[in-house]
Amino acid sequence: MSDQVLQIRGLCVDYGVGADAVRAVRDVDLTLHRGEALGLAGESGSGKSTLAYGLTRLLPPPGVVSGGQVIYHPADGPPVDVLTLSPAKLREFRWAETSIVFQGAMNSLNPVHKVSTQLLDVIRAHEPKSTAASRLARAKELLRLVGISADRLDSYPHQLSGGMRQRVMIAMALALEPQVVIMDEPTTALDVVMQRQILGQLAELRERLGFAVLFITHDLSLLVEFSDRIAIMYGGRIVEEAPAARLYAEPLHPYTEGLLHSFPALHGPRRELTGIPGSPLDLRAMPSGCAFHPRCPKAFDGCDEQVPVLGAPYVDDPARAVACRLHPAVAPLSR
Amino acid sequence: MTLTESAPAPADEVVLEAVGLTKHFPVRRRLRDLLSRTPAVVHAVDDVSIELRRGRVTALVGESGSGKSTVARLLAQLYPRTGGDIRLHGRSTRVRGGRRFRAYVRRVQLILQDPFASLNPVHTVRYHLTRSLRIHGNAGTGPDGLDKALADLLTRVSLTPPERYLDAFPHELSGGQRQRVAIARALGADPEVLLADEPVSMLDVSIRLGVLNLLQDLKDRLDLAILYITHDIASARYFADETIVMYAGRMVEGGDSETVTQRPAHPYTRLLIESAPDPERITGAGGDGAAAGERGHGEPPSLIRPPSGCRFHPRCPAAMPRCATDLPPPIPVDDAPGHWAACWLFDAETVTAEKAENAGQAGTETAR
Repeated sequence: MSDQVLQIRGLCVDYGVGADAVRAVRDVDLTLHRGEALGLAGESGSGKSTLAYGLTRLLPPPGVVSGGQVIYHPADGPPVDVLTLSPAKLREFRWAETSIVFQGAMNSLNPVHKVSTQLLDVIRAHEPKSTAASRLARAKELLRLVGISADRLDSYPHQLSGGMRQRVMIAMALALEPQVVIMDEPTTALDVVMQRQILGQLAELRERLGFAVLFITHDLSLLVEFSDRIAIMYGGRIVEEAPAARLYAEPLHPYTEGLLHSFPALHGPRRELTGIPGSPLDLRAMPSGCAFHPRCPKAFDGCDEQVPVLGAPYVDDPARAVACRLHPAVAPLSR
Repeated sequence: MTLTESAPAPADEVVLEAVGLTKHFPVRRRLRDLLSRTPAVVHAVDDVSIELRRGRVTALVGESGSGKSTVARLLAQLYPRTGGDIRLHGRSTRVRGGRRFRAYVRRVQLILQDPFASLNPVHTVRYHLTRSLRIHGNAGTGPDGLDKALADLLTRVSLTPPERYLDAFPHELSGGQRQRVAIARALGADPEVLLADEPVSMLDVSIRLGVLNLLQDLKDRLDLAILYITHDIASARYFADETIVMYAGRMVEGGDSETVTQRPAHPYTRLLIESAPDPERITGAGGDGAAAGERGHGEPPSLIRPPSGCRFHPRCPAAMPRCATDLPPPIPVDDAPGHWAACWLFDAETVTAEKAENAGQAGTETAR
């Protein structure tokens, strides 16, 4: 798992320009390895979706990427910085190399076109030389891949259930065999039973096709189960990064700990839970120092002044990183 | 302040009760439907019976489309019911607007899912709460009485200091604060029953528990009966005393929350619990979950033509022939008092007959 496919370096995203600009993503460093499922968790307003849109250059105005690099390593060829790609190159890069399954993907299908039209359109745009027959065969295969029978190609989105629409979106995201699939809250609108079916299927597909997934959600308990590594965001920064099982067993940042204690458990003893006191962050009025300190039960002198930086708290475990003054960095981050 | 801290009534008294509650929504008829005798309806809720007791939380758990929100709206008398009965303190009630409706909502208040939509964006918190207090006659006497009542309400929902929130507009508050205002507004009526329709599902995870703990605290202090509607069965275990599981408009299992979540009896409840995200699964501490093959598959049925017999039988891994024809009644499960499941698997006669049948078939096959 050393082969990197996407490297984010010091990415900053602002909304608006000038004095009124609100910085939604601050100096984010994140590395996605080939074939890995990286989870990105945080509450609303933590900047997780903005990060995804920033790195794919899909930010709608007034969002502006104000700094940093997003380096993509293709399977063959030299690495490229996505943020400086020319429009023509960007058009080639999009969907063929990274694809996105959007938040509320159930509504991102065009209601007036058949599933087949929308699926075939993707393939035709990127492989103009392919024949109609081969495109159709590919579309059928894609639907089979996500467990929908091929005769559904002629359905309109409203004729499909929410779960099926979501699967069609996933099929569409996989159409060009991208290296990276970004999933922005892919199952929030679905029921738990359907959610599990789709995530299980996705894990299977990932194993078979070997793409990497950046999985964005607010549901940390889901991430622990379905991703290899987890990064936690708060106030636009990554505050902790660790392998999923380690993060669950031993959260270091007080915010991560709070998040993990916000989910009532289905098994084990019933315990009194408290959640995290205070309200989520307002990016227009960021506190000084560590963004979490006003809500932090463990805040101490200086937390309101110094901004903690992400560092490795253990010498022998370079995979872990945390930005908290309780756990000072003792080793350089291995990236 | 006119809110009564606790009414002199025995604990566990049934305040609001639904008996065989049924709601069918008409479907717009198409040309070809004109020939059919029976008009098409959506069977949103069929034969639901719930008892809400003073000082207890009853959870209603189910997927979207299972009819759980319809039950809340029926209990709030926002929809007229198709059949069954709603009894407030044992007296059958059916109200349609006007004075009697107001008298009813004074005792039964509804909290909605989305605090972003349930508060009027052009009015302040003060306006919302004052209206609730005035309408239900809890505003005290004179301006001082009102101010005191307002401050009291906000303190109750832990929005302190009250002055900071009174003149705020909804957009100035976070989701959790807005939901607290919505709860305060419901409390302004000094109700006996709170119907909470997914009160935390729109909120951020980190503040959900704060709101749930607040409801728990209010229940204890004011002796409220709470109906907690949710799709998250883990939160039902955490928050509710009793849990009822609904599937496709019918109740399939009920009992105290601990029993239902730890020893689910109905195959649908088992599916629901297996599907819930559970971090323990990867760390090996939790149950390993049944093999994927044993899980149910497919999707909830159409409620216009619901499946005959048990509505879960097309998806059920343990379905027997009888499940497709006969509707299972609530059958007691032996492991805990009050635990029941509407499933033929718990009817000894059916299971024995089924075994005999299987043995008979196996016998004829070996004979061949």
